[in-house]
Amino acid sequence: MFKTVPGKFNFLPARSAPTANSGIIGWAKTNLFSSPLNVLLTLIGMYLIYKTIPPFISWAIIDASWGYGDRTLCEQANEAAGRSTACWTYVRVRAEQILFGPFYGQNTDEIWRPILVFIVFAAIIAWLLTERTPFKGYVAAFSLIFFPFFAFAFLHGEWLGLKIAPTGQWGGFMLTLVIAVTGIVAALPIGILMALGRQSDLPVFKALSVIFIEFWRGAPLVTVLFMASVIFPLFFPAEVDFDKVARALIAITLFQSAYTAEAIRGALDALPKGQGEAADALGLGYWHKTLFIILPQALKISIPAIVNTFIELFKDTSLVYIIGLLDLLQMSRATANSLEWRGVSDITAFVFAALIFFMFTSAMAAYSRNLERKLDTEHKN
Amino acid sequence: MLGVISQVLIAGALIGFLTWIYFNTVENLNQRGIPTGFGFLNQVAPFKVGFSPFLDFELGVSSYWRVFFIGVQNTIFVSILGIIAATILGFLVGIMRLSPNWIVSRTAMVYIEILRNIPLLLQILFWNFAVFLPSLPLPKASMTFLDTIFLNNRGLYIPKIIAENQTSGLIIIAFIVAAIIGTFFLRKWAKQRHDLTGKRFPVYITGFFGIIAAGFIGIVVTGFPLSLELPRLGRFNLAGGIEFPLPLFSLWFALTTYTSAFIAENVRGGIQSVAKGQTEASSALGLKRGHTLNLVVIPQAMRVIIPPTISQYLNLTKNSSLAVAVAFEELFAIWSGISLNQTGQALVIIAMTFLVYQILSIIISGGANYYNKRSQIVGR
Repeated sequence: MFKTVPGKFNFLPARSAPTANSGIIGWAKTNLFSSPLNVLLTLIGMYLIYKTIPPFISWAIIDASWGYGDRTLCEQANEAAGRSTACWTYVRVRAEQILFGPFYGQNTDEIWRPILVFIVFAAIIAWLLTERTPFKGYVAAFSLIFFPFFAFAFLHGEWLGLKIAPTGQWGGFMLTLVIAVTGIVAALPIGILMALGRQSDLPVFKALSVIFIEFWRGAPLVTVLFMASVIFPLFFPAEVDFDKVARALIAITLFQSAYTAEAIRGALDALPKGQGEAADALGLGYWHKTLFIILPQALKISIPAIVNTFIELFKDTSLVYIIGLLDLLQMSRATANSLEWRGVSDITAFVFAALIFFMFTSAMAAYSRNLERKLDTEHKN
Repeated sequence: MLGVISQVLIAGALIGFLTWIYFNTVENLNQRGIPTGFGFLNQVAPFKVGFSPFLDFELGVSSYWRVFFIGVQNTIFVSILGIIAATILGFLVGIMRLSPNWIVSRTAMVYIEILRNIPLLLQILFWNFAVFLPSLPLPKASMTFLDTIFLNNRGLYIPKIIAENQTSGLIIIAFIVAAIIGTFFLRKWAKQRHDLTGKRFPVYITGFFGIIAAGFIGIVVTGFPLSLELPRLGRFNLAGGIEFPLPLFSLWFALTTYTSAFIAENVRGGIQSVAKGQTEASSALGLKRGHTLNLVVIPQAMRVIIPPTISQYLNLTKNSSLAVAVAFEELFAIWSGISLNQTGQALVIIAMTFLVYQILSIIISGGANYYNKRSQIVGR
């Protein structure tokens, strides 16, 4: 213990850290130049960045063609730059087709319909994801029941007496979203049932669930889609006619439900055993125990895993091209290869589609990570 | 009691549904007049199969059976090539991701995030149609390395090793197999010695060079029976050697880079999962940094890294079916695609395709289960 004599002794004020260890120089010293090897790696890395980032920026932004017009704009931009550059003109001219598919690309005055559906959808999602909004349960239940009809009514148009957009002419990013969202929502109940079945003591349910889950998980999605398009029509009487979109939806729902089931099973395993035992001790029956004790907790901790399977599904929707549907990727390729734009826009089309996929998947991944962290701390006492 | 009744009801409903489907299918097939059966498998396949590294295909002679097995072979071939490359690249990127060097770890992060978040199909198409096809030269102007390896927009050409007679080829293979078995014994011996004396022996490096040396000795013993068939530049295309067509190359490249991003994340998670006390304890024991990594951190991290990495191998194998987008002749493209179009035998062909993928996935997840069992921490 120090004993200081008041009035005689003044502490010196704390000195700031030496400049060589703080601020930007210190940061660079510890993070970039801590050893000879790191100096070398840093120099190589800087060289690579210098070689890739500036050319990409000038390709995508500075030298690119941004105006609204026809392909001559892009050709001029290429000539001015002396090499091929991004042709955003093409994206601007063809945006309606790439985003909303062939029908809405041609009937541009009907485009408010998918936009309205999308806005309502975004509003529901925002409502559910924002913390501390009231009536989350009611909103979720209500939109689960009514939103599919609402969306179909506007997108298809027949029920409302609007101009009919046949599902065969749906496409673009709209179709990607329709397939992915329907897939995940429809797969949820099947997935829950299968996960419960897999944990069940009843041998028939258990065997059926295991077979169901492993069957879909063992096959690539392209074969499942292909099967839906070639074999399913054989299974049903000739009068039952599925269109392509319905086939894709059935295939993707079955496929996705196996992955959802596994995500939920992981959560069921992670749930402390005491929860089920306590419910048994209280004398609750199987359904009471499952519906009021097990599932509410298991579903909550399975959300990150389900979001992760949804990210995979979202990317996998691009495979519906195998049964002849034009999703975002195929729509951008098809327009880029059209006579009007061939040769100036192919890389731009890839980059544009990749950008949209990237934005959505990385946002979902960030959400899932965030949620995982939150749930993690909540369960640690 | 209720359980039994509900099970009987469900089983009954399912059997009823399946019977209904069965009769519908029979009726539909009758209406279309397609006789379903396995007879077509012995018919001669009327189309050409371009790529087959091991099985021979002869147009006008080979049957659909052969086409099917070539498809299976090509699926396994590209999957193994992809798994090897993705593992190496994935570990590299995963370790880079943890580098104390800011630029290195950020570069790895950008690599992982971009590749993980873009659909694989888009990446395959991008590499094939937007990068390799336009930027590689025509066959006439092939890029070449010492006139033995050629690269152009049709594919990659490497020399082919030809054994002059079969027995000497078999002898060489026997030497290599013997060296591999010897390596296992060496490992066992090294482990025993390590347990007894604590002395370490570089098993893997010795084994690696031992296998190469054994192969070389085999060649010398049999009197150099091997010759190389070099690819030669003809008028329009290259002849001879082994050809890896560009679709295979693009597919392999895309599968490798895409899967490596996922493996890199597994590696990062695995290394981070090792408690810091382990590193601190081993440096307190006086282990060098290299020994700490090799003997303490990595063995523990592997337990976390390997199971999800094996499931990535399974994903890679299933994803190889996207080859259909660039027309590489693996199982899905050649069997569910071309052969189905030719014969119309949808039921049989799709069932066979499913069966192959199911078997492959059972094998791979069986490997994962075996590893999990073996590496479980035995509690006391």
